[in-house]
Amino acid sequence: MSVDTATVRHIARLARIAVSDAEVEALAPELNNILGWVEQLQEVDVSGVEPMTAVIPNHLRLREDQVTDGGIRDAVLANAPVAEHGFFAVPKVIE
Amino acid sequence: MSTYRIHGATGEWEVVIGLEVHAQITSSAKLFSGAATEFGAEPNSQVSLVDAAMPGMLPVPNQECIRQAVRTGMALEAKINPWSRFDRKNYFYADLPQGYQISQLYHPIVGEGEIEILLDEKDEGSAKTVGIERIHIEQDAGKLMHDQHPSFSYVDLNRSGVALMEIVSKPDMRSPEEAGAYVRKLRSILRYVGSCDGNMEQGSMRADVNVSVRKPGAPFGTRTETKNVNSVRFIMAAIEYEANRQVDVLESGGTIVQETRLFDPDKVETRSLRSKEEAHDYRYFPDPDLLPVELTDDFLAECRESLPELPDAKRRRYEAVLGLTPYNAAVLTAEVDTARWFEDLLAQLGEEHAVRAANWLMSDLFGALNRLGRSLVDSPVTPKQAAELLALVADGTLSGTLSKQVFEIMLETGQDPGAIVEERGLKQTSDTGAIEKVIAEVMAANADKVAEYRGGKDKLFGFFVGQTMKAMAGKGNPTVVNELLKKALG
Amino acid sequence: MTDLTQLGVAQIRDGVRDGDFKARDVAEAFIAQVEKGRALNAFVIETPEHALAAADAADAARASGDLKPLSGVPLGIKDLFATKGYQTTAGSNMLKGFEPVYESTVSGNLFAAGAGMLGKLNMDEFAMGSSNETSVFGNVLSPWRRNDGGNAGITPGGSSGGSASAVAARLAPGVTGTDTGGSIRQPAAFTGISGIKPTYGRCSRFGMVAFASSLDQAGPMAHDVRDCAVMLEAMAGFDRKDSTSLDLPVPNWEANLSSDIRGKRIGIPKEYRIDGVPAEIDAVWEQGIAWLRDAGAEIVDVSLPHTRYALPTYYIIAPAEASSNLARYDGVRYGQRVAPENGNLTEMYEATRAAGFGAEVKRRIMIGTYVLSAGFYDAYFNQAQKVRALIARDFHQAFESVDLLLTPTAPSAAFGLGEKTADPIAMYLNDVFAVPASLAGLPAMAVPAGLDGQGLPLGLQLIGRPLDEQGVLNAALAFEERAGFKARPEAWW
Ligand SMILES: [Mg+2]
Ligand SMILES: [Zn+2]
Repeated sequence: MSVDTATVRHIARLARIAVSDAEVEALAPELNNILGWVEQLQEVDVSGVEPMTAVIPNHLRLREDQVTDGGIRDAVLANAPVAEHGFFAVPKVIE
Repeated sequence: MSTYRIHGATGEWEVVIGLEVHAQITSSAKLFSGAATEFGAEPNSQVSLVDAAMPGMLPVPNQECIRQAVRTGMALEAKINPWSRFDRKNYFYADLPQGYQISQLYHPIVGEGEIEILLDEKDEGSAKTVGIERIHIEQDAGKLMHDQHPSFSYVDLNRSGVALMEIVSKPDMRSPEEAGAYVRKLRSILRYVGSCDGNMEQGSMRADVNVSVRKPGAPFGTRTETKNVNSVRFIMAAIEYEANRQVDVLESGGTIVQETRLFDPDKVETRSLRSKEEAHDYRYFPDPDLLPVELTDDFLAECRESLPELPDAKRRRYEAVLGLTPYNAAVLTAEVDTARWFEDLLAQLGEEHAVRAANWLMSDLFGALNRLGRSLVDSPVTPKQAAELLALVADGTLSGTLSKQVFEIMLETGQDPGAIVEERGLKQTSDTGAIEKVIAEVMAANADKVAEYRGGKDKLFGFFVGQTMKAMAGKGNPTVVNELLKKALG
Repeated sequence: MTDLTQLGVAQIRDGVRDGDFKARDVAEAFIAQVEKGRALNAFVIETPEHALAAADAADAARASGDLKPLSGVPLGIKDLFATKGYQTTAGSNMLKGFEPVYESTVSGNLFAAGAGMLGKLNMDEFAMGSSNETSVFGNVLSPWRRNDGGNAGITPGGSSGGSASAVAARLAPGVTGTDTGGSIRQPAAFTGISGIKPTYGRCSRFGMVAFASSLDQAGPMAHDVRDCAVMLEAMAGFDRKDSTSLDLPVPNWEANLSSDIRGKRIGIPKEYRIDGVPAEIDAVWEQGIAWLRDAGAEIVDVSLPHTRYALPTYYIIAPAEASSNLARYDGVRYGQRVAPENGNLTEMYEATRAAGFGAEVKRRIMIGTYVLSAGFYDAYFNQAQKVRALIARDFHQAFESVDLLLTPTAPSAAFGLGEKTADPIAMYLNDVFAVPASLAGLPAMAVPAGLDGQGLPLGLQLIGRPLDEQGVLNAALAFEERAGFKARPEAWW
């Protein structure tokens, strides 16, 4: 495994974080270093082991099908960087 | 079996179709929040802080959504997985507040099942089984509006978090007609179960259409996925267009790219979405905010017990027990609303009259509704009124002709048939004295014709029947009239 | 009159109840202290009006005889908890100016119990850090200094660095912290205070800005074991709004506190003796063992064979969850937006997230994105979840023969600011002793044990069975009584 600059750009793109060329150059060895270090997990024999699903034994509780929320448009929009006519507004998306 | 083929320059091509239907689960509240799901509300008025993905908000699942997905799976004879869990599908879009959709990839709640479709309602032999791959539960996204502002798109999160079932078929369909029949049948079952209202115009049901082509017998070709097609007609048109396009590409030496496409209903064509599609990598992983969904035996039993009689079983019962023709049985069971109406009627009239009731419904009522441009659900005649009308025919109060008159008045006024008969004196009469008196008058007024009849002109019998009925304003019992006329004419 | 800021949570509660002083006086004393302590940079915002209103309510409640469990106690709240109407940033530029319209369950529980809020506490950005050097509001300073006569800035630890510093400097008698991989325990150890991370699910995560959902747990940090018990009782409890919340009654931890641990079996995991750890850590550990033995506990050697894999496991799972949890910070519904002129939606996302997140957060989002990406899921994430199951199993097996585990809290005393920022892995190693209990969701508590040669605090950690906070607190109390840790940082600020 080796993270090259192209991979860093790809990952940054997936994560929607703009990265400068200098950042890419700096991140590649850093990520390599960290990923190389976590790589040691590969040596653990996990045959027959199920991945953990619940941290503490617990069961999923379900809600009743009742309307208990909503009708709070102003609160929902209160912190929006741009809100107009009851909508959030984002740069126009061309589909 | 379908023999649908595309006739290309290099020979015949077979079309292979699989559908991923997104069906909105019928529930009052959303999948993971207590906000309402009603259609057509003011923008962002049905949004909780959970739906808007405010920092620190957490999902809590709605039991009814899980229940409806399980009942749907049972209705499709599918394997119900007592252990399933929610995963996150990560991607960025303005209609997706969390930056991920909570869905089920690795462990869906429902596994393999099947649907039987009937390509020709008059022909049991046209039945075909389409496999169901899986059903999983997931959240719907919000809605973007692009035409409200010159430089902004507007985001409405009312739909954000509404529960969907994604019902994934196997690639078992081979023609647009099969795909259409599949969607109609699936919609019918969902409506029977009550797990989805099936209103495609409102977006309660929409399909991702996977299409590939191959030479008959060859391995599967590369498929394309046409997203979010929202009517049966469009699904069939998209398949037809896409299959022909693929044949053209292949025959002119090209290759099919596995890609996402969009259906344009105005141009009736599909278009590549590749420009928008950039190396999707959804990074699915189990949602750490939610524990696995574990279904208890009691819960499963309740789901099973709550299932209604489903369309196939009902159709078979209508044929075998009620004696309906295969066609009538198919039509009357195709939609739950129709079957429910018919059964309401039978409940009052008695099942022994099922054949007559079915015929009346199929011809008289459907004909009238057609004329009025109304559907059965908003029929001006109730099942109770229809039962009363048919009962009046059965007990001889009304003749066929009179019943049609009464029915027309019912359509116009909404009155009960008994009241109409009473008020307008439309009762049929079998009073032999009265009929004999009219016959005598008719014979006296037509002495010449009586002579001709007696001279051997048998055809004139119909004339006497007509005259007698006319004189009685149609209320004479035709059987009695016939009998007495024969006697009088000798 | 005594200096009220020298009092702990229980003492203040009792003093208000007994009429020794007014809650108003307590609040004012701490408010003044917070102002005086600004050089520590422990608070992001100060909310004296909140503390005073709660104090006045407490004084009124005393008059009318309906005091609540925390009436009269002013607290600091880590800036990871959403506080209604008060800026909540998680130490990030991304959320500067964000005022939630809702209250986190934990802060809400504390306020409902009568506590007031002195302010929001500085922290590593999105709780990612072990030295409180990643906050957009700048580094937090520990009130402690080395005894070399110098004035080098010392880290209070992280990510609950503001919390730890505020308690150690007596700017607040108690505070909330959160612990994902040691963020309560390591800063507590670095600053000579106590802190407990309860069993995963004891405290609701509702309204707590998420870092890694399967690991995040809130807990109290305070001067002593009793104060932690008092606060945890108020913070914990079942919450329908958090699906992972445990539907169990909150025990009376304070009432059941007892330092009588005779007959308890305490395990010493051999894998926690690792190379490169200063001899002083081993020495204080030996001392701690002696104290517990003195308290009548039986000391047992145990093995937790997968310990060395805990940290790499954590550094796959936590960034993976974080990469997804932090996707919601996109500049659309709240927080900062950076929209390049004529830029499209994607460009807005990329610019917003580039400007909103700091370097460590970006690094972890990138790692998390990578380990979940196509082709790597099984090798990294799924493998890590399996190893995590093995780590939990190790604990489970150990707890078949012992009641508790005693380990060091951190592999060193507090270090100087800037000393470890160049090497992420060296920084991550700070949590080597804290992370295993986080992965297994176990209750774990840091208690101060003594000072090292440079005059900086060292702490030990007690780890208990799931839900056995009482056992942990009781052993910690026995430990505390014997350690008699009374050292205080000298006020230089
Ligand atoms: Mg699809
Ligand atoms: Zn889907």
